[in-house]
Amino acid sequence: MNTQSNPEPESHLDSQGTAPAALSKTRPLYWSVRRELWENHSLYIAPLAVSAVYLLGHVISVIWLPNSMHGIWMPNMRELPMLPAASQRIELAMAYTHGAMLLMLVGFIVGIFYSLEALHGERHDRSILFWKSLPVSDLTTVLAKASIPLVVLPVLVFAITVILQRIMWLLSLAVLAVTGAGAATLWTGLPLFEMELVTLYGTAVLALWHAPIYCWCLLVSGWARRAAFLWAVLPPLALAAVENIAFHTTFLGSLLQNRLFGFEAAAFDLKDKNGVPIDAHFIPLTQLAPGRFLSSPSLWLGLVVAAALLAAAVRLRRYREPI
Amino acid sequence: MACIEARELRKAFGTTVALDGVNLRVEEGRILGIIGPNGAGKSTALNAILGLTEYQGELKVLGRDPRTERDQLMRDVCFIADVAVLPRWIRVSQALEYVAGVHPRFDRAKAEGFLGKTNIRSATRVRELSKGMVTQLHLALVMAMDTRLLVLDEPTLGLDILYRKQFYDSLLNDYYDRRRTIVLTTHQVEDVENVLTDLIFINRGRIVLECSMEEFESRYLEVTVRPEQIAAARALKPIHERQVLGRSKLLFDRVGREQLGAFGEVRTPSIADLFVAVLADKPGIQAGQAQGAAR
Repeated sequence: MNTQSNPEPESHLDSQGTAPAALSKTRPLYWSVRRELWENHSLYIAPLAVSAVYLLGHVISVIWLPNSMHGIWMPNMRELPMLPAASQRIELAMAYTHGAMLLMLVGFIVGIFYSLEALHGERHDRSILFWKSLPVSDLTTVLAKASIPLVVLPVLVFAITVILQRIMWLLSLAVLAVTGAGAATLWTGLPLFEMELVTLYGTAVLALWHAPIYCWCLLVSGWARRAAFLWAVLPPLALAAVENIAFHTTFLGSLLQNRLFGFEAAAFDLKDKNGVPIDAHFIPLTQLAPGRFLSSPSLWLGLVVAAALLAAAVRLRRYREPI
Repeated sequence: MACIEARELRKAFGTTVALDGVNLRVEEGRILGIIGPNGAGKSTALNAILGLTEYQGELKVLGRDPRTERDQLMRDVCFIADVAVLPRWIRVSQALEYVAGVHPRFDRAKAEGFLGKTNIRSATRVRELSKGMVTQLHLALVMAMDTRLLVLDEPTLGLDILYRKQFYDSLLNDYYDRRRTIVLTTHQVEDVENVLTDLIFINRGRIVLECSMEEFESRYLEVTVRPEQIAAARALKPIHERQVLGRSKLLFDRVGREQLGAFGEVRTPSIADLFVAVLADKPGIQAGQAQGAAR
């Protein structure tokens, strides 16, 4: 019997009878998140695939262009020691920072598309009738879905970034050790651990700052019968355009722009002590501004809006039927 | 306590009235069949019971309000809609794992036992299963839940006769135990003829007939009336008359078997016969009588 060949560690919990109340509070949430991961492979395949391509590019550039190419992949390791230490760091960090930024962008795109599909797909394929026939509340379901772009994807993006950067670093060290130029410079000149801490901070900042965007997409996906992407994107843009034409103001436009890109100004100090802009390819820990970020009204306003959008999505799901 | 209690249930989609003041009381341990034409409001009634749709009126299912307490209610209620609601991407093993994770009264070993009797492999995805197998999987999941009410909305739609028979056999043998309540809708009335304990006909959002199967068997009789006695038989006010192979079949409500025996062969009608009798349009009935009169 095939079913015997599928041992499950969880099954001892599933004995008959009433489950303890404490267990049943968090278990549906845990299983609902797992179910999202089962369904949506793109959540990890997309960042992994992008990482693999990026890594391949890096390896090729390190092996074939060890001393000639400037720019994103690899600095000129022979000329590097002649530069000041701060510039060396920036040159070395460039490829790593670009990798991290690329993965954050991928995380954002995947998160948006996931959110737009999350409450739409289950209505479209009628499986909402199955999910709703189980003792899982609409709140739990919506929270599980919201946790994907707000928690799961940031953690994944951070973890994959760290792994990508470490592999890039090790491969570069190995290649440079063989070709004999600059391994020591890379070993001492690249503060990888510090960069990882900044990446961790950055992914958390992004998730919190973009929370209302993801929650808006979730709400639209629970509401729209079709073309959720258009419903999510066009009305805000249209409103901003109307405002601009009618009142010659750009209040909505700058609000949208700030919600997309404002995290940088809110969470980082991109000027040094003398007011000179720093190179964002290497942001030292001293330039993080968590205090300012956490006390910024924009952040909290955004989170309140996000919570309101989620509450609306929960209410909406109660009577949503297959489409 | 009644399992389901509904008072003046109303629901309209735009100008279409799906439920028009339905009053319903289902006791525990019954198997109720809700029979009605397409668009009669059957699914809407079930969706209201399951907390899947908004409605007006009063409704209590196992003492709970399905609108606000759906998630708690679903510990005691399970539901199979027509076959296509299991998500197509899910693997059989994942479906078992998930239900075991969220349902406090799910017995995974029992579900695996049911599946062991089928050809369903645990690594298969739902999209790779045939329609009949998806129903078997859903039934295996549902029968392994220790619940008090099972709601079935056209559970055997699109299945062949073998799967359908197997479905109702499993339901009676492995699920139903006289404590549990089953409410089902189906168009394949003949399949559930011997399954039901109670019967409701619903049309245009209203209940047009409500009786237990015992009552059904004692109340309704169909007589194949000999031509010479047709006038005498009609005098007893049959509720319906139809022509089969040139012979008149008259359906009576609450007329004694001995009395009817004098007109010809008497038998208990099928649910489908009664359904046609109760719900057939008036013009149709008149046409039948006109034909009979002309002969």
